[in-house]
Amino acid sequence: MAQDAAQGVTGRGFGRPGEVPGWVGYALLPLLNLLAALVLSGLVILVIGENPLDVLALLVTEAVGYPEAIGYTLYYTTSYIFTGLAVAIAFHCGLFNIGGEGQAYLGGLGAGLVGLALTGWPWPVAALGAVALSALFGAVWAAIPGWLQAKRGSHIVITTIMFNFIAAAIMTYLLVDVLIRPGSQSPETREFDPGVWLPTMDRAVGWIGVAIPVSPLNLSFLWALACCALFYLFLWRTRWGYEIRTVGRNERAAVYAGISPARNIILAMAISGALAGFVGVNEIMGVQHRILLNFTGGVGFVGIAVALMGRNHPVGIILAALLFGVLAQGGGQVSFEYPTVNRELVMVIQGLVILFAGALENLFKPRVEALFRRRRGGAAHG
Amino acid sequence: MDDALLVVLLLADATIRVATPLVLAAFAALYSERAGVVDIGLEGKMLAGAFFAAAVASYTGSPWLGLGAAVAASVALALVHGFACITHKGNQVVSGMAINILVAGLAPTLAYAWFRQGGQTPLLPGEARLPQIHLPGVEALSGIPVFGPVYRELIDDANVLIWLTVLLVVATHWVFTRSRFGLRLRAVGENPSAVDTAGLSVTRLRYQAVIITGVLTGIAGAYLSTAHGAGFVRDMTAGKGYLALAALIFGKWRPWPTLFACLLFAFTDAVQVRLQGVPLPVVGVIPVQFIQMLPYVLTVLLLAGFVGRAVAPKASGVPYVKER
Repeated sequence: MAQDAAQGVTGRGFGRPGEVPGWVGYALLPLLNLLAALVLSGLVILVIGENPLDVLALLVTEAVGYPEAIGYTLYYTTSYIFTGLAVAIAFHCGLFNIGGEGQAYLGGLGAGLVGLALTGWPWPVAALGAVALSALFGAVWAAIPGWLQAKRGSHIVITTIMFNFIAAAIMTYLLVDVLIRPGSQSPETREFDPGVWLPTMDRAVGWIGVAIPVSPLNLSFLWALACCALFYLFLWRTRWGYEIRTVGRNERAAVYAGISPARNIILAMAISGALAGFVGVNEIMGVQHRILLNFTGGVGFVGIAVALMGRNHPVGIILAALLFGVLAQGGGQVSFEYPTVNRELVMVIQGLVILFAGALENLFKPRVEALFRRRRGGAAHG
Repeated sequence: MDDALLVVLLLADATIRVATPLVLAAFAALYSERAGVVDIGLEGKMLAGAFFAAAVASYTGSPWLGLGAAVAASVALALVHGFACITHKGNQVVSGMAINILVAGLAPTLAYAWFRQGGQTPLLPGEARLPQIHLPGVEALSGIPVFGPVYRELIDDANVLIWLTVLLVVATHWVFTRSRFGLRLRAVGENPSAVDTAGLSVTRLRYQAVIITGVLTGIAGAYLSTAHGAGFVRDMTAGKGYLALAALIFGKWRPWPTLFACLLFAFTDAVQVRLQGVPLPVVGVIPVQFIQMLPYVLTVLLLAGFVGRAVAPKASGVPYVKER
């Protein structure tokens, strides 16, 4: 079921603009859908008694209006790129991975264990270790539902959701009973040795003599961009990527071509989980410097929106992640300024974006395409 | 002996109370999915129902108006799902997920703006909650062994929605096996083009199915906040919508097995509550998180072991495109 549904996503409308100019499918339609989502969000803001335009203006200013804000926005963007790529690679294999949340959570555990274990080591070693272990933890956590789907026919949408709940329970147990800082009441580990913290961007560009404002933005942003490039090369330039996409397009055809759907489903899920796990590098090694409860805060779900908006392509995903970074940073600040607005308003906007960009992607399509066809037809006659 | 009976009865009572929203949601999805529309938006519709039931009951003092508001909100979301999936042939899983995320944000946002209690509604007084039905002759019958305690603990003072759910289960069985509407719904989930050829509207039937889904998930939500609980709290559905969907898959999209699966999940949950902090033989006291994990682990194991390849209604998840 999930597979058919996800195939619907990859197969129709995604990156196939038809006879109209390419930019209509890639840019105009997503923008129209985004606009519709924003208009409805504005209505919600009206209902809770604020002026939508004022709120929107403040949101944008607080997200990109000054250098420090941009740093915060890009820090959110980093996590969204990771989860967006994670959802996208599963989509390319015809799978709907809703488990990004749990995979990111366990990825954070992996990164955090490296942070706790390595004291007195240089940070590049810790960074490499954190990348490796967060990828491993995330990959294993995603590969199990992948295996269950491929070999046992379990519904991957349900199993990944269940794995989110199970991951949350395991992490709560670990933080409350095992890893908790001795003598502490709040469920979190001790702070890592400052020497292994992932350098923030302001420190990193300071080495080459450039000064930028202090923000949580750290080197994992560059790793996120690198992952986008690797994602592109893997999916469209290697045999493995080709096999994954073939399974996603048509499982039966893949079998005839001698491609094993089971192996590719597990592989795609493992890569998906590893990508989601990198959220742990950004959050735990880059910003929090300790493992704490619920540090993921919905990044896995935002990844779904990012992948849908970004048409499952790395470039689109960077742009969509940027948009959601703006929403997260600006929305958080708006909730400080307006007493009636709270942080969950951001989720409302995210939900509406997913609705319009994903489920209602065909809403404006026929009309817009008809408009362009008529224009082209008119030009040929004239 | 009596003590053991009482423990069993209390466990059964807890099972029924936890199972009620699961059964309502799972049977809600039964209508939609048998008609070929996949619905993972149960969670969001239930949460919307829970919020609007509590909000309206809190404003008006009437739980029945709350129930009406819950159904209205949930049906509105069901129509959004229908609009995306049936009219615009959008992706059904994505649409359901969008509704879940939207409501997860919307309910606390509205609660925060309207009640200023950190995303909750005020605690509802007794008269603003859906009533329990008190049966006659409890005292007189209490003396009868076995039947007396069962009557007193299990059947008496059950919430009105629990009785409604019992009716729903029976009615659903009848609808799907005996009624013309039910047979058409099943047909439209298996072979929509045949239904179309027979001169029936696929679109109309599917819209009817998602509206029924909306009504039932709304009732499930109202149960959570105005019958079982006394007000809306953040994330109060806590995965029940997904568990209901798992129960439906485990029950292979059939009413009675689905009911059984819901009862099984609810039983795990009831046992889970009783096991917390109780030392067990061999393993000792199990950390509470692992016990709370039980229903989710059970779901994964059941889906992996017992169901095998779940065979969904053939046209489920596939938008119907009329041949040109």
